[in-house]
Amino acid sequence: MQPFRNHLGKVVPIDKTDIDTDIIIPTEFLKRIERTGYDKHLMYYWRYDDQGRIKKDFPLNQPQYQGTTILLTGDNFGCGSSRENAVWALYDYGFRVILAPSFADIFKNNCTKNGLLPIELPQQDIQQLFHFTTLDILKLTIDLENQVITNHEDLNFSFDIDPHTKYKFINGLDDIDITLTAESSINRFEQERPFYMDPYN
Amino acid sequence: MSGKTLFDKVWERHLIDSNLDQPLLFIDLHLIHEVTSPQAFSLLKEQGRNVRRPDLTFATADHNVPTKNRDDIKDILAKKQVEFLVNSCHEHGITVYDLDHPDNGIVHIIGPELGLTTPGKTIVCGDSHTSTHGAFGSLAFGIGSSEITHVLATQTLPQNKPKTMNIHLIGSKPKGVSAKDIILKIIGEIGTNGGTGHIVEFTGQTIKEMSMDERMTICNMILEAGARSGMIAPDEVTFNYLKDKRFVPKGEDWDRAVDEWKQLHKDEDATYDQVVKIDISNLEPQVTWGTNPGQVISISENIPSPTSFNNDITRSTAKQALNYMNLNALTPIKDVSIDKAFIGSCTNSRLEDLELAAEIVKGHKVNENVTALVVPGSYHIKRKAEEKGLDQIFINAGFEWRDPGCSMCPGMNSDMAKPGERIASTSNRNFEGRQGKGARTHLVSPEMAAAAAIKGHFTDIREWHYNEWGEADATIS
Ligand code: SF4
Repeated sequence: MQPFRNHLGKVVPIDKTDIDTDIIIPTEFLKRIERTGYDKHLMYYWRYDDQGRIKKDFPLNQPQYQGTTILLTGDNFGCGSSRENAVWALYDYGFRVILAPSFADIFKNNCTKNGLLPIELPQQDIQQLFHFTTLDILKLTIDLENQVITNHEDLNFSFDIDPHTKYKFINGLDDIDITLTAESSINRFEQERPFYMDPYN
Repeated sequence: MSGKTLFDKVWERHLIDSNLDQPLLFIDLHLIHEVTSPQAFSLLKEQGRNVRRPDLTFATADHNVPTKNRDDIKDILAKKQVEFLVNSCHEHGITVYDLDHPDNGIVHIIGPELGLTTPGKTIVCGDSHTSTHGAFGSLAFGIGSSEITHVLATQTLPQNKPKTMNIHLIGSKPKGVSAKDIILKIIGEIGTNGGTGHIVEFTGQTIKEMSMDERMTICNMILEAGARSGMIAPDEVTFNYLKDKRFVPKGEDWDRAVDEWKQLHKDEDATYDQVVKIDISNLEPQVTWGTNPGQVISISENIPSPTSFNNDITRSTAKQALNYMNLNALTPIKDVSIDKAFIGSCTNSRLEDLELAAEIVKGHKVNENVTALVVPGSYHIKRKAEEKGLDQIFINAGFEWRDPGCSMCPGMNSDMAKPGERIASTSNRNFEGRQGKGARTHLVSPEMAAAAAIKGHFTDIREWHYNEWGEADATIS
């Protein structure tokens, strides 16, 4: 994983709640064995019509939002299935940060394993951000080290993040490497497990 | 200090003592399937790592497989996924129940029926409905591909400790009401994010009186209330179900294991972060009308008007849902006609589900405007159902009788609904496009799906039982 300290990017607003993983990456595009190449299919049925034509009114298709890296959206983002492809699709598309009032658990967890930073903000901050996006193109700096979001003018929010996620992002660490530092504990635990925990043969 | 919940007990027994800043859990059982594991195996290879405990890892092919003409997977990518899974398992020494294997079936069906799922285990799988296994008092939850890689490589998983919620069910299940109706009601009550961040422990009379098949339906769908998983304390019903299953301890070892498992219940003075009590003694059969499982009503009700909701967000979500579902507010749900009926999925494809549906179907014919499908959850269930003659009941009525698999549940294999088609489905999700692009899903119990298939529209099976039972029997004799 790339270390993540500061991020400056353009915000795209998708003002809907409960955007589920079926919308983020429709099931029919999951039949791949690779981990990349899902960006084309991100929010496919919101981006394209039945004939595969671009839907011009959808934010991701609008010229002013090209090159966006920060997604601003509603409550319970990423609900639905545990498919990590949803995160890969967002990441491949270029997103590095998602701002929402809340996220579905598994989705949020998947984000932090793939370098996509999910930030929960109070509803009123999110509403204010949505408001700003109606005025002009909104560019934000996400300062993870100081836990601050700012547009360097009139916006300045602090945000909460769990310290472990922060540590991993800032240092660009992989979970398996972190776990294997405790390998001797795992060995010990394995030896002490009760017999009925193993499939009995 | 207050006592421990069932969750606390299982959690604590799996914490690997270490100085890591995130709790690290040992994983007792890792179930894998063809759709979410290939990327994990690829990543494992990229990183040059090995599978630590192939003996605790079991694989099946279910999500993307055809439920007829199985030897011939038409979809090239699906075929690639299954081959990749099988090859990876062979390479790493993992047991795999391939398509033609007699133990093949849906991952959450075969775990319990083979006795791999036992009380007090930590169980993970790359499918969110892994919560099903919680019905045995295990801590079971869905994981993503990176986590699959993590478990393959280390047999552990870093996890933040979830909160706990107790859902206490009061009363006995009324006639014609099934576990599916109860869980739909629960989701309707607490909302699709009512359980977010929590492990839900189910208690109460209703649960005690349930079979394992029913308890699995309940735990299976608690996910749809946003919960991380569901758990039910093991009891005699659990032990009777598990005894003599293939992978459970035998003889004296069995007795010793049961003694241990009997400790797995909440202490008298345990406390939860949240407690919800729901009385189900007057519950009616449920039908979802919208595009999430919480948008649900009783069979005697009308489709709600968006204006009846109490805030802007639910109002606009409801409006959007009605639009997608092509339904008018205030229509009685009984007047809604269907095009397809699907009895299957890890929610409702166990033997009891098929038996209950067959009781409804017996002596009737599927409505001429409906195509109907029964997909047993595993080959074991299929064989047992055939021994009981259920297949003949379904086939005589005009249902298709298939080989096991996820079938129409995820809308990713050849069993897919067409745009605009309306389905009475026993699966667990009614999201937009879940069962195929533009497909309109109504979640119901197996009995309700069977009745809708015959009538061509939703129907109150409580009336079915009283008014048409005699007729149905008469047709047979
Ligand atoms: S039946 Fe549906 S929910 Fe169950 S494992 Fe298959 S796809 Fe997942």
